[in-house]
Amino acid sequence: MFTLYKTHRPFVGPFDPCPPIRVKSFSTPPNLYIGFQPNNFPQFTPMEALRAGTLWKPLYDPYYNSRELAKGGNPL
Amino acid sequence: MWIYEKKLQYPVKVTTCNPMLAKFLIEQYGGADGELSAALRYLNQRYSIPDKVIGLLTDIGTEEFAHLEMIATMIYKLTKDATPEQMKAAGLGDHYANHDNALFYHNAAGAPWTATYIQAKGDPIADLYEDIAAEEKARATYQWIINMSDDPDLNDALRFLREREIVHSLRFREAVEILKEEKDKKRIF
Repeated sequence: MFTLYKTHRPFVGPFDPCPPIRVKSFSTPPNLYIGFQPNNFPQFTPMEALRAGTLWKPLYDPYYNSRELAKGGNPL
Repeated sequence: MWIYEKKLQYPVKVTTCNPMLAKFLIEQYGGADGELSAALRYLNQRYSIPDKVIGLLTDIGTEEFAHLEMIATMIYKLTKDATPEQMKAAGLGDHYANHDNALFYHNAAGAPWTATYIQAKGDPIADLYEDIAAEEKARATYQWIINMSDDPDLNDALRFLREREIVHSLRFREAVEILKEEKDKKRIF
């Protein structure tokens, strides 16, 4: 499944001083996959676009911290 | 020449009195990957870049100043009513000793802004790749600040700014494609 966040599992040693974070994630935003924006890309309405920060739906990739995500984020 | 619109690109609202967030936000004000660095980098590089992409650097460089204004507004709102004691408690004691509650171009650790943060190599590909990297680094910085912030309205504006970094990065990537001159050209293998 395509996702804009990837995860990796860092090595966990037997003598790590802090409780290990077993899965770490990082952002791979849509710009990495588009190359050159094609014609007739799907658009937000102007009012939605002003809030989203982009006119183009495929470029929209909001970031939430874990506490916000626990509350379900704040989808547009 | 520029035309100034006396409003912010996106409304800046701060819900909670938390001057410590100002200490983190100043990274995007006077830090290496901050908005000042971005604006000055693009608006300087544009003179020697090929004509096809000058307009892009002008537009994005100008927008970075709009972002700088937003960051400045956030920092100002978070610190304008902070007492010396609150500044000290927020880790801004050394800032207060030098600047009172004024803003200054330095990073979160207090290192003043320097032109060594930016480069103009004169090579169009090298310059555009630096610009792409700068956008990705600024995007990451916004993520780390959002991770430390629990202010819903502030995070909303920071999300907007992060989204703009994504759009700018794509536009710079497209500029590279334009300069490569492979777009829409028939490739024969």
